[in-house]
Amino acid sequence: MTNSPLIIAGKEFKSRFFLGTGKFKNKKEMAEAITACGTQLVTVALRRIDIERHQENILEHIPPGVTLVTNTSGARNAQEAVRIARLAKASGCGNWIKIEVINDSKYLLPDNVETIKATEILAAEGFVVLPYMYPDLYTARALVKAGAATVMPLGSLIGSNQGLKTREFIKILIDEIDLPIIVDAGIGAPSQAAEAMELGADAVLANTAVATAGDPALLAKAFAQAIEAGHMAYLSQLPTQRTVASASSPLTGFLYDIPAKN
Amino acid sequence: MKVTINGTIKELTGSSYVSDIVAQFCQQSKHVITEVNGRIVPSHDWNNTTVSEGDHIELVAFVGGG
Repeated sequence: MTNSPLIIAGKEFKSRFFLGTGKFKNKKEMAEAITACGTQLVTVALRRIDIERHQENILEHIPPGVTLVTNTSGARNAQEAVRIARLAKASGCGNWIKIEVINDSKYLLPDNVETIKATEILAAEGFVVLPYMYPDLYTARALVKAGAATVMPLGSLIGSNQGLKTREFIKILIDEIDLPIIVDAGIGAPSQAAEAMELGADAVLANTAVATAGDPALLAKAFAQAIEAGHMAYLSQLPTQRTVASASSPLTGFLYDIPAKN
Repeated sequence: MKVTINGTIKELTGSSYVSDIVAQFCQQSKHVITEVNGRIVPSHDWNNTTVSEGDHIELVAFVGGG
């Protein structure tokens, strides 16, 4: 297999690490993490301005050239996701949208049915749609049909740092879906991100782990390297696991061939 | 004139252009997005769009998110 660049909606990405911008202690730490890991795609959210307090413009802290993807967090159904997407587009900051429709506040699981509906509407309006979804093959197929640019299955619960709990189901999407598969949510350590990439994911998006680390820039860089390593391992066609040993050294005695004892 | 801005009732004095509301209630206007009664008002229309008594205005901006 060759190391071809990741292409989403005609745009080429050298880095396969995407970074969320929530939960950082301050904008400086966020900007340092973006720069340190070399990510070329970050997610942002939209919220009402607090008219009583000063609010910094986060976009001023995102280096130029990084693709901005607005998420539709806060949307509880397709209609609200569509409204948020249209607002984001009106800002003049592009038309890349991560659809996130959630109406369960305990587990924050995405509503796949509403996500498909929103994808259909927004893709038809010309948005580049990156839907966050629960890894289900039928949903993924419906998202392809609806015009999604990628499919973004969750690894585990948002912000949980539990890693690739949905591993086997993500593998099905990797095998069956002809769109970039970006593992999103729950990825709490570079080793978990590498695991997703070894499995054949096209990219990984992380946020909480990096933003809440003691040194976000250092962890962001570690994530980027782990993702690159995992991708290389995938391309190398990793050997499968075995249940019995397979010697790495010649199976003869040191000087004389001694028959093995049973 | 009373309008609702981001869920709070506010008394507007003077001009009622969207551009004035943005100037009064936002610390900075770059990348701010406005809606009046659920309809998006693009920034190039702020100077020629007025609001009326009882209108619902949303002022939205980008924040960190995953």
